Amino acid sequence: MPLRDQRVTLAHGGGGKAMRDLIESVFTSVFNPPGMEDQARLMDARLQEPGARLAFTTDSFVVTPVEFPGGDIGKIAVCGTVNDLAVGGAKPLWLSASFIIEEGCEVALLRRLVASMAREAAKAGVRIVTGDTKVVNRGACDTVYITTAGVGVIPPGRDLDARSIRPGDVAIVNHVLGDHGAAILAARGDLMLSTDLESDCQSLGHLMEALIAAAPGTKAARDATRGGLASTLNEMAEAAGCSVELDEIALPLRPEVKGVCEILGLDPLYLANEGTLVVFVPEAEAQAALAAMRAMPEGQGACIIGRAVPKAHVPVTLRTAFGGTRIVDMLVGEQLPRIC
Amino acid sequence: MGRRIRVRGQVQGVGFRPFVWQLAERLGITGSVRNDAEGVLILAEGPGLDAFEAALRAEAPPLARVDAVESSEAEVRARDFTIEASGPKGAETAVTPDAATCGACAAEVREPGRRRGYAFTNCTHCGPRFTILTGLPYDRAQTTMAPFPLCAACRAEYEDPADRRFHAQPVACPECGPRLWLEPAAEDPITEAARRLLAGEILAIKGLGGFHLACDATNAQAIATLRARKHRPTKPLALMAPLALIHAHATLTPDAEALLADPAAPIVLLPHRGTLPGALAPGQATLGWMLPYTPLHHLLLDATGRPLVMTSGNLTGEPQVIGNAEAREKLAAFADAFLMHDRDIARRLDDGVERLTTQGRMVLRRARGRTPGTLALPRGLPDTPVTAYGGQLKAAICLTKNGRALLSHHLGDLDDALTLGEFLKADADYAALFAHRPKAIAVDLHPDFRASRHGAERAETLGVPLIRVQHHHAHMAAALGEAGWRGGSAVGVILDGLGLGEDGTLWGGEILLGDYARVRRAAHLAPAPLPGGDLAQREPWRNALMRLDQAGLSDLADRLFPDQPRAMLRRAAAGGLNAPLSSSAGRLFDAVAAMLGIAPARLSYEGEAAMALEALAAQYPDAPGYAFGLDLASLFPQIARDLPDTPPALIAARFQNGLALAIADATRRIADEAGTRTIALSGGCFQNAGLLEATCAALDGYSLCLPREAPANDGGLAFGQALVALARLESA
Ligand SMILES: [Fe+3]
Ligand SMILES: [Mg+2]
Ligand SMILES: [Zn+2]
Ligand SMILES: [Zn+2]
Repeated sequence: MPLRDQRVTLAHGGGGKAMRDLIESVFTSVFNPPGMEDQARLMDARLQEPGARLAFTTDSFVVTPVEFPGGDIGKIAVCGTVNDLAVGGAKPLWLSASFIIEEGCEVALLRRLVASMAREAAKAGVRIVTGDTKVVNRGACDTVYITTAGVGVIPPGRDLDARSIRPGDVAIVNHVLGDHGAAILAARGDLMLSTDLESDCQSLGHLMEALIAAAPGTKAARDATRGGLASTLNEMAEAAGCSVELDEIALPLRPEVKGVCEILGLDPLYLANEGTLVVFVPEAEAQAALAAMRAMPEGQGACIIGRAVPKAHVPVTLRTAFGGTRIVDMLVGEQLPRIC
Repeated sequence: MGRRIRVRGQVQGVGFRPFVWQLAERLGITGSVRNDAEGVLILAEGPGLDAFEAALRAEAPPLARVDAVESSEAEVRARDFTIEASGPKGAETAVTPDAATCGACAAEVREPGRRRGYAFTNCTHCGPRFTILTGLPYDRAQTTMAPFPLCAACRAEYEDPADRRFHAQPVACPECGPRLWLEPAAEDPITEAARRLLAGEILAIKGLGGFHLACDATNAQAIATLRARKHRPTKPLALMAPLALIHAHATLTPDAEALLADPAAPIVLLPHRGTLPGALAPGQATLGWMLPYTPLHHLLLDATGRPLVMTSGNLTGEPQVIGNAEAREKLAAFADAFLMHDRDIARRLDDGVERLTTQGRMVLRRARGRTPGTLALPRGLPDTPVTAYGGQLKAAICLTKNGRALLSHHLGDLDDALTLGEFLKADADYAALFAHRPKAIAVDLHPDFRASRHGAERAETLGVPLIRVQHHHAHMAAALGEAGWRGGSAVGVILDGLGLGEDGTLWGGEILLGDYARVRRAAHLAPAPLPGGDLAQREPWRNALMRLDQAGLSDLADRLFPDQPRAMLRRAAAGGLNAPLSSSAGRLFDAVAAMLGIAPARLSYEGEAAMALEALAAQYPDAPGYAFGLDLASLFPQIARDLPDTPPALIAARFQNGLALAIADATRRIADEAGTRTIALSGGCFQNAGLLEATCAALDGYSLCLPREAPANDGGLAFGQALVALARLESA
């Protein structure tokens, strides 16, 4: 049944025929979920291997604008959940997707987002198997919010855990920092920032598999999303019970990102990423890990940025170009000026 | 009938007992003297006890500070006068600050005798104290002199009450004391060090509280090399020379001479005469000078005959190096040779920085020679022990106990990991030395100050109340407290960089009304966005851009800053993207400095632009100020009108004097309305002597409370926080 409406109305959330039309025309015809309405019944042989474990995660996505250079909210909703599974060592299998849609949202936009999700899911090797939609009053949300949940399988014997990081382990990132955050800022328009920046939004499941194959001693990985690399490393260091020392000169930054940060006074270590992970590997496996990552399109920018060191007063520090050591804090709230 | 005389103050470890003994011998008095936990206790009998008591104050040794002499009648009955050892319970608790080499010791190292040329000569009236202390009581075994057993000759001096080395804990001579050497090795370390300095080399020199990097202050090439190696392009470098040499290069008043010669031997900012290379302090009207304060310095300056740059030996942002191995590792890239010795530095203490104004002496950096001196608490506040943790960039800790406040030495910028380590160590160190256990903890309102976080953790661990104090309230309380103000209602004029306000915005140009416990914001400078957050502090033109836009002078901003990303920042400011509003007075100085073209696009040290403006304004101290109000609406049009054909120095002076008037007008109104005559002036901007003097002049007739020992900058914050905490504890 083709949907004739150009825009989503409250009727599309009412539970009647209009809603059914929207769901079929925009969502299920593209995602093509298996099984019954409102429930996916699934089987995968890998789940039955002795010692295999189920991984399960969920995340909500709110991005302004919903489409930006390098991606859109749909792509992020897939990548984000796939990456949460992948960095935990799981092979992502299935996703759910729930949409909160603002009254007045363009149907064509929804179609583009859904197509983008389907494309990214295929690339990441996952299926979107169930979902939901709700329509809210104009102004009650901003265009569209998406929540995805994901299920994956952790192969027997694999156990990535930040608690196993030890002093001497090497920290590697796969990608330049801050592209997503900077691209979103640029895309907001009100800054009239003309840059070629694109979000780094990408799925990291295949990269993680290649990495673990090359560096089986890999300790732990995280994707450095909201709060940036700084927040991610603080969390990892706290969990590990050691500290992390970064090397300022080694941090991979695109000149455009550096430039935007220098103008706006932002620290790229706190900018969000959507396809950047940080992984700790034993020093002996660092070169193998780097080579394996660089062989993949998602890991071409792989480089060592620092290492774990014995626990110090603060979890994360940055050795600066002139040799001082700056504290890289976890922020309590928004970054407020502190200089008196 | 004899008397029991109690002497309170800084009376231990300063030669007070031998002084009393000598006084008693002279006046024919019998009895005894001893140290105990409260100070010095004297039992005295004989004729002329009144004269004896008066002399205790009038003739006290140079490092002593007598706060009180209390006497009562007592049975004494002694045949002679004796110095008694302090009993086990009467532990000596006072620790005195390090003191510059006294005249007698400085002469001794130059005269024939066993200490000729000896770099570690000292006596009861001078020498290291806090920097060598490892524990209490203060006793050689609890200092870094412990590994140097006294030779017979030194022991004899140490045990003779008539000798100026009686109980001088670090007493030493070439026979038994620390040894000096040069790396690479040389037969005569001082002669060779001097030769290298005169040849333009840079030396790392181990001093009292840390290593210095030194070079010949008359050699522009050596200065350029030092700046390049240290990555320190413009920040002023401190100088050391004997008084006669300072006279040749600086304008000295008798007060300045006296301050230079103070046992604390601070760096004193003095107007220069343009006789030394400009690279020592680009854009500044003053140079920071200190006198030699150890025998090593005296001998080295004798050998060079020239003023020396003596800047702290550290990596950018890190604490000063104190260990020999650490120096070899960290300073190797800076220094051509090392002048070292084997007396360990127990405690890192920077050189203090002070200046003189028409309003008296002001400490800008409280450090070696001043700590661990204490400040009296104003009467009326409870005697509860509290610890206050201060600010972020000029961290210092304050402990209160027994009616006094111990404000720690300058600890530095807590964004640096090693400095944070020092801060945590100093916290434990001061608490242990002064047997202090806080019943409350005070911190700044800013949640992301490292010091605030540490304080919050300590309060939780100890299970004591945490008191958050607004930044400028703390500045105000510190100035009031130093003046001994007892309460009621006072006005606080705080011209500052910035601090978090009670409304969640950033304050910094404030007139507050209230008391130690509470204030309200009575008036403030019109706020402007800080585009780029902390970057606005490093790039003054950002503030000029915002202020000019506010004043409808955007096209002037376009002309003044053609190459800056103005459009993006204007949009960021309009969209509220990392452009918080602030009423900061410091940023207002930055804005004007940028308009005058005297500030680099990016500053290389804090305060650079404001200090350049102050230096210019000093050329026209009596220039009539621009007329404007705290809304600043008419300020920028006046500057814009003058800009094409008025000397920048005159504009700077009109702005500075106009600001003083604007502030004073509003302050008088607020004070009169509230019925108070007490006005506190503080905040980092009042380190500017011109601004301070103009504001004081405009507030003539009021009772002004100024920061003196506790710096006007954030180095004094902890003292104010402690006072606010005490007042709140009392009112709770
Ligand atoms: Fe301040
Ligand atoms: Mg997530
Ligand atoms: Zn002496
Ligand atoms: Zn000796």
